[in-house]
Formats: sequence, C-alpha cells, structure tokens
Amino acid sequence: MLDLAYLIPLFPLIGFLITGFFGKKLKSEALIGGIASAAVGLSFAVAATLFFTLTGLPADARSHTTYIFSWLAAGNFNVDVAYQVDQLSIVYALIVTGIGTLIHIYSMGYMHGDKSYPRFFAYLNLFIFMMLNLVLANNFLLTFLGWEGVGLCSYLLIGFWYDRKFEGVNIRFTGDAANKAFIANRIGDFGVLIAMFLIYKTFGTLEYNAVNTAAAVAPPDAGIMTAIALLLFLGSTGKSAQLPLAVWLPDAMAGPTPVSALIHAATMVTAGIFLVARNATLFALAPDAMTVVAVVGVTTALVAATIGIVQNDIKKVLAYSTVSQLGFMFAALGVGAFTAAVFHVMTHAFFKALLFLGSGSVIHGMHEEQDIQKMGGLKKYMPVTHRTFLIGTIAISGIPPLAGFFSKDEILWMTFEHGGHGPMWIILAIAAFCTAFYMFRLYYLTFGGKERFDHHRLHPHESPVTMTLPLNVLAFLSVVGGFLGVPYALGFFASDHPNLLENWLGPIFSQANGILGRGEHHSIHAIEYVLMAASIAIATAGILLASKLYKEESEKPAELARKFKGAYNLLLHKYRIDEIYQALVVSFIYQFSERFLWKVFDVKIVDGLINGAAKTTQSAGESLRRIQSGVTQNYALLMIAGIVVILTWLAVG
Amino acid sequence: MLQDFLNSAPIPLLSALATLVMLLDAMKRDGARIVFGFSVFSLTAAMAAAIYTMFLPDKTTAFNNMITCGGYGAYFDIVFCLGGVLTLLAARPFLLASNTEHGEFYSLILFSICGMFLIAHSNNLLTLFIGIEVMSVSFYILSGYLRTSRFSIEASLKYFLLGAFITGFLVYGMALIYGSAGALGYNEIYQAVQGETGARFPMILLLGMGLLIIGLSFKSAIFPFHQWAPDVYQGAPTIVTAFMSTAGKAAAFSAFIPILAVLTPESSSPVAAKIGMLLAVLSAATMLVGNISAVVQKNIKRMLAYSSVAHAGYMMMGLAAGSVRGASGIVFYVTAYMFMQIGAFILISALERGSEERYQNLEDYAGLAKKHPVMAALMSVFMLSLTGIPPFAGFFGKYYLFTAAIESGYTWLTIIAVISSVISVYFYIGLIVAMYFRESDVQEQDSRPGLAGISLVISAAGVIILGVIPQFIDKIAKSLF
Amino acid sequence: MGENNIVVSYLPLIVMVAVGFVFGLSNVFLAEILGSRRNKTNVKLDTYECGMEPVKTARERFSVKFYLVAMLFIVFDIEIVFMYPWAVKFRELGEIGLVAMLLFMALLFAGFVYVYKKGALTWD
Repeated sequence: MLDLAYLIPLFPLIGFLITGFFGKKLKSEALIGGIASAAVGLSFAVAATLFFTLTGLPADARSHTTYIFSWLAAGNFNVDVAYQVDQLSIVYALIVTGIGTLIHIYSMGYMHGDKSYPRFFAYLNLFIFMMLNLVLANNFLLTFLGWEGVGLCSYLLIGFWYDRKFEGVNIRFTGDAANKAFIANRIGDFGVLIAMFLIYKTFGTLEYNAVNTAAAVAPPDAGIMTAIALLLFLGSTGKSAQLPLAVWLPDAMAGPTPVSALIHAATMVTAGIFLVARNATLFALAPDAMTVVAVVGVTTALVAATIGIVQNDIKKVLAYSTVSQLGFMFAALGVGAFTAAVFHVMTHAFFKALLFLGSGSVIHGMHEEQDIQKMGGLKKYMPVTHRTFLIGTIAISGIPPLAGFFSKDEILWMTFEHGGHGPMWIILAIAAFCTAFYMFRLYYLTFGGKERFDHHRLHPHESPVTMTLPLNVLAFLSVVGGFLGVPYALGFFASDHPNLLENWLGPIFSQANGILGRGEHHSIHAIEYVLMAASIAIATAGILLASKLYKEESEKPAELARKFKGAYNLLLHKYRIDEIYQALVVSFIYQFSERFLWKVFDVKIVDGLINGAAKTTQSAGESLRRIQSGVTQNYALLMIAGIVVILTWLAVG
Repeated sequence: MLQDFLNSAPIPLLSALATLVMLLDAMKRDGARIVFGFSVFSLTAAMAAAIYTMFLPDKTTAFNNMITCGGYGAYFDIVFCLGGVLTLLAARPFLLASNTEHGEFYSLILFSICGMFLIAHSNNLLTLFIGIEVMSVSFYILSGYLRTSRFSIEASLKYFLLGAFITGFLVYGMALIYGSAGALGYNEIYQAVQGETGARFPMILLLGMGLLIIGLSFKSAIFPFHQWAPDVYQGAPTIVTAFMSTAGKAAAFSAFIPILAVLTPESSSPVAAKIGMLLAVLSAATMLVGNISAVVQKNIKRMLAYSSVAHAGYMMMGLAAGSVRGASGIVFYVTAYMFMQIGAFILISALERGSEERYQNLEDYAGLAKKHPVMAALMSVFMLSLTGIPPFAGFFGKYYLFTAAIESGYTWLTIIAVISSVISVYFYIGLIVAMYFRESDVQEQDSRPGLAGISLVISAAGVIILGVIPQFIDKIAKSLF
Repeated sequence: MGENNIVVSYLPLIVMVAVGFVFGLSNVFLAEILGSRRNKTNVKLDTYECGMEPVKTARERFSVKFYLVAMLFIVFDIEIVFMYPWAVKFRELGEIGLVAMLLFMALLFAGFVYVYKKGALTWD
C-alpha cells in the first residue's frame, strides 16, 4: 500500500504534461481546469489513503521508503529517486495536495477568460509535482530538485502576466519582480548546495534518515554541525522569505492571486520550515545555529508585522503578514518547538490561503483594484467573501477557538518556556498585537465603512461558485483546524495526550528532543494560563484599536500619520531595506560586472583565449583537410604507412 | 544440434527470414510494400529471439564452440535489430521520395544484420571473419544503392577497394595468430597465450594482434584507417549512412571487446600494456583528428561523418582501459550512440526527401526552427547528446568511458578526450545556432516525415531516457561481463 | 631445435625455388643461343596468336551480360566444390553433416530461384 507513494507526484506530472503540451488543443477551459484539478485531487486522495494506512500502523513503523529508481551512481556516491512516507512528509503532502486542489478549483473561476489559461494550469501542476518531490524525497538531492523546481515555478508564475506593469524599487514589470524573487532564492539555494557538500563529506550519504541517525549516534565536530545547520538555514531564509532575504515576497504579489495563495502563502514558502524540521536532529546538535534561527525568526516577525500596519495594497498587507507568520514559525523552530512550527504551518496554510483567495475574490469583484483606500463597504456586495474573510481575519488574530489561536499560542508559550522567559515572548507578543491590528484594519477598510470607489465605473459583484466553494471549505478548516493541536493545559481533562498533532509527529522529533533534553513531561503551570489570557487580551486589544480607528470613517489615522511622520514613512517604505540593498549590493555588483567582468575579463581575456583557440583549431582543420584528398590511392598509402608504423612499434618498441 | 539452434536462435532465425525476404521480393512484382512489412516483422522476431536467449547461462556456446550464445551477443543483437527497425521505418519514405524502392534494399539490410549477429556472437576467428565479410559486402552494395548517382557509386567503389585491401591484412593477422597459438577458436587461443610459456612465437602473435586491431580499426573508422569514412558517409544514401555509421560501428566494437580479452588475458602483462598503449594512442589521435576535421566542414553529412570518427575514438578509450568498466562503458556508449547518431541522420534524410541537393550544407539549416520547429527541436536533442551535455544519453556515455580510462591510469587520454569534446561543441552547437538564430529567405513547402517520424520519436525518447536513467542500461551492460 | 626444424621442413621449398629460378633464367639464354639469327622482320618477330590482332587496347568493352553469367558461374561452381570434401568424409560426419549440407543446398537453391526470377539467366 505505502509503495503507492509514487502516485502522489505522478498525477500532477501527468496533468502538467497534458495541460502543457496539449493545453492549446483542448479548447474548453472547463476541460483544462478539470484535468488539472482532478490530477491534484487524485494525489490528495492517494495521500489521504496513505495517511489512513499509516494511522493503522504502530507508531514506530510509520516510516516507509519507496525506491523508484537509482538516479545517480558514481563510485560511492549513490542517490536514488525514492519517496519517504512518514508522519512529517504525509502532513505536508496532505496540505500541498489538499489546499492545492481547492486553489485549482478556485483558479478555474479566477483565471476564466485569460488568454494563457492552459499555461497557468500547466505551471500550477508542475509546481505541485515539484513541491511533492520536495517533501516526499528521502534524500537531500531529490528535495533540492523539488526546491529548485518550485523556485522555477514561482518565477514563472510571478511573471505570469509578463506584459503587465508592476511597481517597486527598481521594478517596472512583473518580470522584474519574478527576477528579484528568483535571485533572492538563488542566494539561499547556494547555502543549501554548500550544506549538501558538507553533509556528504561528513556523513558520506545524502539520505535523511542515514544522515540524522549518524549525526545522533556519533556527533561530528560542533563547528561543522553549526556550519551545516546555518547553511541549510540560509536556504530556508531564501525560500521562506526571512531576513535578510525577505525582500522578494511582497513583490512576488505581482503574480495572479491564486498563485499568491498557493505558493507564496500556503506551501512553497513553508519549505524552509520543512527543511529545518526534516533535519531537526542536525539543528538540535548545533545550539548556536538554533539561536540564530530563533533570533532571525523573532526579528522577521516583528519587522514584517510593523510594515504591514501601513500598507495599502490588499495583497501586500497579506504578504507582510505571511512573512511575519513565517517568522513565528522559525522562532518556534529556533527554541526547539518543532511540532508547534509544523502546527502553525498547517493552520497558517488554512487561514492565509483563505485570506488570499478572499482578497482575490475582492480584486476580481472590484475589476483588478487592489488599493484598500479605494474600497470599503463591500460587505453587502460580496456576502460570502465577506463572511469567510472575517473568519480568516479572526483566525489569524488568535481569537479562540479558531485555528490561529491554538498554533500561535503554542509558539508563544514555547518561546517563553525555552526562549529565555521573556524578551522573545515580548517581541512576539508585540508582533501578534500588530497582526490583529493590521488584519482588522484591512478588514474594515475593505468591507466596512463607506464606499470609497466610483459607482459609475465599478460595480462590485460576488464571485462565481468555483471561487466561493474553496472559500467556504477553507473557512471551515480555519475554524476547526486548531483542535488538532489542543495544548495539554486545555485538554488535560479529556485525555493524557490531547495534542493529536504532537502525538502524531512525536517519533519524528524524538531524536532531536532527546538531544535537547525535552522529555514527554506534562505539567500545568499557572503561568501558562496567565500567558494564554495575555495573548487573547493582546489580540483583542489590537482588534479594538483597529475598530476604533477604522470602523467608521475618521481623520484619526491621517492625524496619527502626520504626527509620527518619520516612523510612518519608515514603515511605508519598509525600513528602506530595498533601497539599502540597491545601494550597497546591487549597484556594486552592476558596476563590478560592467567595469571588470564584462569589459576586461570577458572581452579581453575570455574572448581572446577562445578566439585564439578557435583560430588554432580552424587552421589545424584546414591542414587536415588537405590530407583528405579524395584519391583512393592516397588513402591506401596512408593506411600502409599507418600499418608499418604500428607494426614496427609493436615489434621494436 | 536442435539445442544449438535454440540457444543461438536470433542468428538462424534472421538468416532464414532474410532469405525469405529476398525470395519474396523475387516472387512478387511490385510487392515492395509487403517486403517492407515482412522485413520489419523479421527484425522484430529476431529481437524477440534475442531477448529470449538473453538469459542463458554464462559461456554457453553452440556449434562446436564456433559461436557464443546469450548475454553479450544477445544484447548486441537487440541493439542491431533496433538500429535496423529505426532504419527501415525511415527508409521507406526516403526511398519512395527518391523513387528507388526495391525489395533488395530491405533484404540487404537484413543480411548485413545477420553478419553483425555473427560478429557479436563469434567465438572463433573464422566466424568473426565470415561475419565481417557478410556485413561489409552488404554495406558495399548498399553504399552504391543509388546507382544513378555519381556520389553513391564513388562511395561504394571506394569503400569496396579499401575494404578489400584491409581485409587482406585482417586475414593475415588471423593467420599469424593461428600460426602462433595453433588454433582459431577463442577458447583455445586463450589457453595458448596464457602463462609464462605463452604462445610459441610471441613476436608473431604480437604482429598478428596488431594486424587484427588494424583490420577492425578500419571497420570502425579509427585514425589512420578512417579516411574512407567521410567520403563514403557523404556519398552513400543518407539512410544507409545512418545505418552503417551506427550499427556497423557497434558491430566492429562488439568484435573488439571479446577478442582483446582473449588475446591479453592478464592485464598486467607487458603485452597487454603495449596493446593498451597502442589503443590509447590510436584513440587520442582519432578523437583529435575527427573533431578538428569536423570543425571546417560545410556539408552536414561530412561533418557528422567526422564526428562519427571522433566517437569511435571515444569508444576506443574503453578498449584501452581494458577493464570491465571500460567494456560496459562501450556497451552503453554503443547503445546511446545508436539513438543519437541514427536520429540525426534519419532527420537529415527526412528533410532532404530523396533529393541530393536539399539540406546538404550547414547553411541550409538556417532558420529551420521557424520552418519545422519540431524537427529543429529533435535535431537539437541529438546534437546536445552528441556533444555530451546532460541530461542526454551522450553525457553518461562519455562519463562512463572517461571514468574507465582514469581508473586504468590513462589520465592523459581523458584530458585529450575532454579537449576534443570541447572542440566538438563548436560544430554541434553551431548547427543549433544556425537553426534557431539565423534567418533564411528560402521558402519551404510542408514536409512530413511519415514513418520516419516514428523512428525520430523513438530515437529522441531513447536519448532522453538513457540520459535520465542511465543506471538501467549500465547495470545490464555490467552484467554482461 | 625449433629454429632448425623450420629450416629442415622448408628445405624442399627452397630447392624448388632454386630449380625454378635456374630453369627460367636458363631458358632465356638458351633461346638466345639456339635461336635463328636471320630474317628479323616485324612479322617474324610477332607473337603467334591464332590469327587475332595481338596489339590493341587492353580495355575492350564487353556486354555486361557476360560478366553476369561469369559471376554466377563462379558463385555456383565454387559452392559445389564444397561437396567434394563433404562426400569424402560423409560417413564420419553422419547425420549432422547431412543436415548441414541440406541447409547449404537449400540456401544455394534459394539463391538460384532469386537469380532465375530476377531474369539474370535470360540473355535478352
């Protein structure tokens, strides 16, 4: 049964091949979208079947590797294409295929009438295929293939409307934004590559299980472990948009909204979390690297959340929110709360996909308008979108019993318990406050208040059922998803192990937890309840502040902006990170490339060498051509000469 | 006796079927279509028989040790049949377009494959010789198949004269080996040349080996016995060239591997070292001469002819290495080369469609990507594979051979091989550049490849599959030794 | 010992070569000594060739049909030669020999049918 794992990536691949090669021939949009959605849906069905098969097995037998074929073999270097189905990878596979299916269905409505309809679905299916390779792989190299593959798909999809304009620092077209994303990712990929080299050199293999076991049994030099972990984390910061490589995600919003929901919120950007979680043992052996992870995560969470407060583009707010939430996840990883991180990946996938799809519905209904200052009062025009968006907003703000509360609260508690009892918790709490504030600001500006758009030009309307159906499903998940991870403090009366996800993922992280000295201790601290109450209070405070400022039309926000002009501008321009990079890094590279690499190295040295070599070869060829006279006798003569030389050499030499 | 026939099933089966094809053609007037169909069927049947014998126990022989059965030979049988099927499928549209379809073409292809079967299966110098002659004589005739074309006739005559000339040396080499070892059978020779006592006249044996290598070098177009190749490959009908330059070369190497293993049983002996050095030098010279000469060619068939010389040089690296890895590397390369080279030539034949003027020169390929995008894409796949760029078959072919050479201590040879590969980038990629980045003002009517399309798709698929999962064939190749 | 053996076993050959050489050479000189020295006209010095013109171009053109017949003759003639050694060893070879020769003849016959059907044996 578990050997059927290869089917999970196979269906999207088939879907990609069909929509990619015959998409233009299949005239019907419904057929193309149907095939693409069905491909992912089938994968989800297989993944679900495998999941239930796994649940039927004892906890220590829930890891199964399916070898497809031997991929590369050179000397001792051996890499297989093999899929590893275990507790972690199946959770990711379910998220990817499940939310993927919903977003495919949604896209059928959203992309209706686009001239490149088949191309869009081909890319989406290819993305799902690559993402599944990433999470199901049993070795670093296959994950890296998926890693690069999703990067490619992300690039293709950000620039999907390649002829549209898009504004940003040094960005004029969507293609520039795609380039930015790709380059930022490449910097991270470089880290992963070097990490792989180091891992192979240290452990002699690239298979996850073998590497992690070897590291746990005989930990190598701490310096090497730290280097490996930091390099892997560098890759994660690229893919998961953490500082210092966070700059690309907001600009990635140039792509179609379903893409933002699928790739840039729910799945691809969580690949970094996956990479760290998959190698929890390696990170546990490198405490310094863990600290770096935690610090970067916390900083990113705060920085992005504060930027989100002042943005006016509906998708950019969500983008900064995503960066911030990813920061929460890394903070959790950094303090060794791996389960909490994966839990938040899951709930975040639900409500952030919901919010993005909702924003897509709004944009769709508003005829491509994205500025929330030009919206307002959409409540009555889009009831379904409004209702589901509100659910998503409450969920992300952390109000119980919706999904966001459970996962975020677990992260907060963990950072408090294992992260130095204070500073990290405080920063994250501030970020959580900002989250509640900017999300409700977004909500009120979009759906509440007066209508600020031109009634003669715009007629907002609710979206078709293909778009509202996924919204409803995701809204449902955002409501109930949190109950998979009920903390002990709240569920102790029902069972000894109320946290289903923790039970499920436990064996995966047991090695790492062992190294970190975390047993399965369950005790209730009074302070946990206090902090829980505090975090609810913080969220409520954020919501109340937002409703005070934005529920009704008022001059207060503008006043505040004027009052704190410096701070406001700093936030509006995203701490000027883009400009700093532009000045320090980008322009330096441009100058160096042009002045030295191009005009000196390439033109003078490389071209000179190549032209010289080419000329030598040409003239050698010309002289050889003269020997080839076309006269048979001459050929025979040369042959005789050859025979004589060879025989003489054999006889004498 | 019956068991012998069963164990060597592909050979008698194809011989009988080829004879039937010949008779069928004589009996039925205007029955070329049926002859064609029957030929394809015959090759498929032979391939099935080869697969059937593939899993015989090691060292099974038949007919008083004259031939070996199964394993090694059977694998090559499959490769030859595959080449034959690809050629036949593409040959029909080609021959119809030039209005020269006769049943003899098909039976000659089948007969030449019979010869190749014998070569790959030979366990005796006599069988080897008969195989070589059956194959070569078929090739001589096939080269001159377009008998109204001056080029075709010239190619045929040149090939025949030089081939006959070198055959004398080949037979002389065999005679010297017989004189020294006292036997023609591989097993007996192997017994005779082993140990300190060795053969009776070591010098005569050495010269015999030299002449044998020279004779086979001619068949596989190794420098300095390569000069017929460009003239013949250019002059012969393109579809024949496709077959000769791939299956013919594969056959020559299928003879090389076992005979060298028999003649140099101990890889550390001075004789083996000397022969290894000879092969390495020939290989290096062949790669350089082939690739450098190809750079200045304007005619595409001639360019590919020189490139095929160079590829023979690469394959010879595996012989020089003299190891299992070298031998299995050659087997892999032969398979990969079959797909990429035959694909390229079939593509040319599909484009020229029986004319001797269309698509002959490199400049005719300018702007092909606009006129026939699919053809241009396929050609690019073949060219990239010939260059040795991953993920295509050619890359792993080279990779295995280069590794084998390094492992056997021929680092200098590998360096030369890499240099000459770099040179080859110039003309392979040059063709792609012409197809995609140059404009052409020549208008083109629609040309459909017909059956040749099937060959092209199979070849391209082979190139890609071998490039993506090389392990599959590599494992089989290693299991042959 | 080995070297000696070669010389001894090739001795008759050496003698034959020597005799042949001496015989050929002596004939030339004998003709010069014994032959007539009178009437050295062109006609008298001519080679006797049954009335055919002895001096003309050697590259005369024949109809291709002659070549065809000649080749077919040689092919079939030489194949038949194989039957002599086979006949001599017929009993020792036994059944296998019989089957082999039957196969051989069948192939030969197939070739013959082909030649016949293709009309290579008709003159016009």
